[in-house]
Amino acid sequence: MKLEVSDLAFGYPGFPVGQDVSLHLEAGEVLCLLGPNGCGKTTLFKTVMGLLPLRGGRIAIGGRAMESLARPELARLMAYVPQAHAPVFPYSVHDMVLMGRTAHRGLFAAPSKGDHEAALAALAQLEIADLADRDYTRLSGGQRQLVLIARALAQESPFILLDEPTASLDFGNQLMVLEQVRRLAADGKGIVMSTHDPDHAFACGTRALAMKEGRTLANGPVAETLTGEVLSSLYDVPVEILLAGERRICLPAL
Amino acid sequence: MVSGPAVTGRLAFQLWLLAAAVLALAVAAVMTGPYQASLGDLLQAAARYFGLQSAGEGGPGTIDTILFGVRIPRVAAALLTGAALAGAGAVYQGLFRNPLVSPDILGVSAGAGLGAAFGIFFSLPVFAIQGLAFVAGLGTVGLVYLVATMVRSYEPTLVLVLSGVVMGALAGACLSLLKILADPYDQLPAITFWLLGSLAAIRPQDIWGALPAVLIGLLPILLLRWRMNVMSLGDEEASALGINPRKLRLILVMAATLMTAAVVSIAGVVGWVGLVIPHIARLLVGPDFTRLLPTAMLIGAGYMLLIDMIARNLTTTETPLGVLTAFIGAPVFIWLLASGRRGWS
Repeated sequence: MKLEVSDLAFGYPGFPVGQDVSLHLEAGEVLCLLGPNGCGKTTLFKTVMGLLPLRGGRIAIGGRAMESLARPELARLMAYVPQAHAPVFPYSVHDMVLMGRTAHRGLFAAPSKGDHEAALAALAQLEIADLADRDYTRLSGGQRQLVLIARALAQESPFILLDEPTASLDFGNQLMVLEQVRRLAADGKGIVMSTHDPDHAFACGTRALAMKEGRTLANGPVAETLTGEVLSSLYDVPVEILLAGERRICLPAL
Repeated sequence: MVSGPAVTGRLAFQLWLLAAAVLALAVAAVMTGPYQASLGDLLQAAARYFGLQSAGEGGPGTIDTILFGVRIPRVAAALLTGAALAGAGAVYQGLFRNPLVSPDILGVSAGAGLGAAFGIFFSLPVFAIQGLAFVAGLGTVGLVYLVATMVRSYEPTLVLVLSGVVMGALAGACLSLLKILADPYDQLPAITFWLLGSLAAIRPQDIWGALPAVLIGLLPILLLRWRMNVMSLGDEEASALGINPRKLRLILVMAATLMTAAVVSIAGVVGWVGLVIPHIARLLVGPDFTRLLPTAMLIGAGYMLLIDMIARNLTTTETPLGVLTAFIGAPVFIWLLASGRRGWS
């Protein structure tokens, strides 16, 4: 299954944010979206998720145009992982993950036994089954992010969009989340992830899209796309790329 | 792992227990009052009512009239009012993602109050006053929704709440005007009493008028009980999880408003129940709406019944319900807050 975005123009009614953005993603790939604050990453995400109308271009999932997909259909194809946040009410972790099953149930149905099992399986896959009965609101930021990823897993969609999943996490939790992203891709999910850290793209990305002021600066396989030159002009600070064995590292020239 | 079916089983037991407690309270409420009835009197009267036992000489006695003409309708009205307000409150709090929201947020009570005051001002018959209250309550929320839809915004709930506040204020101003114009010896006390809520004048036909509206409102809420959880995550996440939040919110607001308007039109504006009871229910069973709704409705019914028992037995004159719900609700609420259990973050 393929996610194809071609020549997308996006933004709010009466307020264009970006244009000429194309990306395509297949199962098992991790596309990292990089760009300075305010470059339109979030707006792009919302458009790809169908929350904002297209201003131009085309989005197709598995060959079907996004406009032709109803909400539940879209949710079965694409899951969204927001930044770890706290809902107003302290749902249990189990209930939170169970909500990922919404699109698989009829409008009036409550979750079935199978849905409960799917939720528990998703928690187990992320190795947080022991959190099931805890209050989501009482978890740490890293744990919350994992729970939201588990919810996306329970949604059983081929594609997952993660909005800055490492934002406001400590160093260890960042790596834990990246490791899970890599595993999800290995299990055959197609992943789009926005991040502010080029090293995260080097750590788990297969493709990268560098965006500045709503336009594509560079797009392609991570190693070829995120060069020192591209990153320097992306963030307006001199950046060098070093090689540590096989792994690339981003070194800002401070 | 205690999630899933195990929890459901335990919850079902708790709900039956709660329902039994409310029923026992209802029986006690029917027996107590200025004219005390024993359980035996009650059973005999019931037997006569259903024709299982002949009325004996002189037809049905005082006790039958009191029980079936006054007390049972009043108890039923209290149960209905409490359950409807608490259920609607739980819906509103979830939809607006705010534990401090009450069913009044979109102006249903303000509108109903204005409608009733209008009816009292023009000395209309009781059913017309109730009808006006019902229609004005629904109409106010409809107007609020219309205004909110006309204001295009990416914060639909915020706009909805704000236009609710504006419309509520407008209705309040009109109400003040009516109060000034009303006859201070006759109409003004009636308006004030109505605004504080009372079940003193309830008649059996009031119940039959309000019950269908409450049930019609309750039906979509029951059917969408699981989706309510998803709605409380906010529009963006709800959409991403496969829901159309705008459509669902309209349906749920209409349903909860119908329930509220129906009971407010017969009981008057009874504050606090729709705000506090969902809280208490959330503290007991957590925020999952499938458990929250039945718990809140049962506790609401029981609480309202208790309040009404106090209202009619405390003093020789009737105490308004709104006064008692606040006097009893506030300390209970503070105690719950202080005891450290919480139903929100």
